[in-house]
Amino acid sequence: MDTLILSRIQFGANISFHILFPTITIALGWVLLFFKLRFNATGEDRWMEAYRFWVKVFALSFAMGVVSGITMSFQFGTNWPGFMETVGNIAGPLLAYEVLTAFFLEAVFLGIMLFGASRVPGWLHTLATFLVAFGTTMSAFWIIVLNSWMHTPQGFEMIDGVAHATDWWAIIFNPSMPYRFAHMLLASFLTVSFLIAGVSAFRWIIGGRTAGVRVALKSAVYGAALLIPLQIYMGDMHGLNTLEHQPQKIAAMEANWETGPNVPLLLFAIPDDAARENRFEIAIPNLASLILTHHADGVVPGLNDFVGEDGEVLHPRVAAVFWSFRVMVGTGVAMLLLSWATAALLLRRGVEGLPRPVLYGLVGMTFSGWLATLAGWYTTEIGRQPWLVQGVLSTRDAVADVPAAMVASTLIAYLVVYALLLGAYILVIFYLARRAARGEKLDPRPEPRAVPIPAE
Amino acid sequence: MDMFSDPALWLPFVFAGLMGLSILIYVVLDGFDLGVGLLFPFANEGEKDRMIGSIGPFWDANETWLVLAVGLLLVAFPAAHGAILTALYLPVAVMLIGLILRGVAFEFRAKAPPEWKRLWNRAFFAGSLMTSMSQGFMLGMYVMGLTWTLPHVAFALLTAAFLTVGYSFIGATWVIHKSDGLLQLKAIDWAKGGVWGLVLGIGAVSAATPYVSVRIFDKWFSWPEALYLAPLPLLSAALVVGLWVALRRMPFDRDRRSWLPFAMATGLWATAFGGMAYSFYPYVVPEKLTIYEAASAPESLFIILVGTVVVLPTILGYSILAFTIFRGKARELRYD
Repeated sequence: MDTLILSRIQFGANISFHILFPTITIALGWVLLFFKLRFNATGEDRWMEAYRFWVKVFALSFAMGVVSGITMSFQFGTNWPGFMETVGNIAGPLLAYEVLTAFFLEAVFLGIMLFGASRVPGWLHTLATFLVAFGTTMSAFWIIVLNSWMHTPQGFEMIDGVAHATDWWAIIFNPSMPYRFAHMLLASFLTVSFLIAGVSAFRWIIGGRTAGVRVALKSAVYGAALLIPLQIYMGDMHGLNTLEHQPQKIAAMEANWETGPNVPLLLFAIPDDAARENRFEIAIPNLASLILTHHADGVVPGLNDFVGEDGEVLHPRVAAVFWSFRVMVGTGVAMLLLSWATAALLLRRGVEGLPRPVLYGLVGMTFSGWLATLAGWYTTEIGRQPWLVQGVLSTRDAVADVPAAMVASTLIAYLVVYALLLGAYILVIFYLARRAARGEKLDPRPEPRAVPIPAE
Repeated sequence: MDMFSDPALWLPFVFAGLMGLSILIYVVLDGFDLGVGLLFPFANEGEKDRMIGSIGPFWDANETWLVLAVGLLLVAFPAAHGAILTALYLPVAVMLIGLILRGVAFEFRAKAPPEWKRLWNRAFFAGSLMTSMSQGFMLGMYVMGLTWTLPHVAFALLTAAFLTVGYSFIGATWVIHKSDGLLQLKAIDWAKGGVWGLVLGIGAVSAATPYVSVRIFDKWFSWPEALYLAPLPLLSAALVVGLWVALRRMPFDRDRRSWLPFAMATGLWATAFGGMAYSFYPYVVPEKLTIYEAASAPESLFIILVGTVVVLPTILGYSILAFTIFRGKARELRYD
């Protein structure tokens, strides 16, 4: 394999590992604030019980997100120097604003949120929780702005091969940004909903049937049931936006080779990039046209329109995009079915009335949000290839001239570390859940100290 | 000044200053928490918990200064970012894996099953060691002009060892401030041992830098510049002597001035760093690329500067708030 494909795999591995944790912390921060505010309003200890458990998962996820995120800021330089050299005038300020307005906010107030409750007044602790949640969301905003600009660039001019900003408003509010940002925020909330529901169901099954578990489980299932239809709607809007701005991506998602009307929706196919056709198609007639244009005879773009005169392929490899998209949609449908069924049962019979298979189903879907989120990102990011910045900079032109062996060796090192850490992370979450179910206090010392230690 | 009439001149200068400031704050702040990790093998189990407690609320924000520093390099001097980081590809990868290990070990050692705790303690030490060594190595390579020759690598290995000792030293001074009793006495001993490594390290870089470049030699050893610059080495020498005297007499009665070694260590880092910055200016890639050649377009730098001017004081403000809230002696970390 050459440096280009190895660098792509390395960046893909790093950013895939990284995104798992912000996907949790973005929404979990707001969920913790919700628990805290409910406790402030009602004084009921069950909200605080839920807060105390989930703040530990938050701390762990946050640490994983911070350290894997540092990797990203270096990889721009180590692997993709052409990116900053060409579009640094636009990417730079956006990244700088992320660090300045988000990273420090969340990192500093995280300390107060985690360890400061006995040292600061209650309102300041609630404010710290809010600022951490706000910080993670701001961080998501800036990075989505940059990512969206790479898909739908505008507000700039090229001078001597370097992009110069002409209109910051147009850059920030580029056409795909609002859809992508909303889609990602909803993905984060769904991921957290299924995480909380799954772990709470696990605790319930093994006998930890406390008021805190009950309230967390209910909040999570109702949250998921409310958000999943919204997400499906938002996904559809995002898809239509992509159809307008990046038709080649839509063509790859549908594995549609020839532009034309009455395009069927493929349920299964093995797209063959070399032969430029699909094998083993199973299709529903007219459905792709119907979904994308809302007419059975609507015209859907085909991949063959994106081949240059000289035979240069200007669309992504089809199979990866096609299948990532199907994994995302399939997971979304599973989420819809399970959350609505569980919510209906909860409304009628309460947590006690949930049948075993439903509880096991929730446990099985604990990390379904990760699957859908990764599959969605693969769809959109691989779907942008061969471009790094759509129409402006190709991925090939941005890669660093580093020996392939060096990229391969560091890639293996990263993969080993990531596999171990991911395993440890999942094990520890369930270990914490088992301890909580046994009624153990998760803090080292049982009694809080009322008197803070005086200053020197 | 004439310089301020042209933004293409003063903006790169301002950003080089901001980047330098971020690096300095980073090596002091993450220096002390990396140092705490490096000192782990010398501490017993109970002491490890207290040492972790002394950095717990801070380490996240401390590492953010690295992100800001490399971020400023990335956004203000994109050409230099690529040139420096591709040259340092391997040490950067080692550092990143080190940072990942220590950051997560911090959480895992407190939350994983007790039988794993020793493993995560080792990971915390190993991650801190990888991070410090690779940063020291990069410092050495940078001083030597980022070319991979055998003598340069040998020198970089030397600075790797020195920076590691230096971080352990500032970590020890932090533990002196945040602990009491036996742990504090231990930390004073650690710091006494570390002073000499620090002196050798600063000495090695100071001696090597002018040797590598005639330009830098002339900056330091021509008249009358040498006279204006004299306070820098003199101040460093005074701080070293002050540290040595203070450490020999510590702990003072009723734990007064336990912050003194940390403050003096910070001063020492600042003078050393100031000297280096003076040596290399105006180059950002040594002897190859000046800050003016590597800078982004003025209109992009300006929009970052506007944000920085508003946000940086705010960041300093709430960082001080956090350090005030968690002042005093460290205790085990508790989520309440």
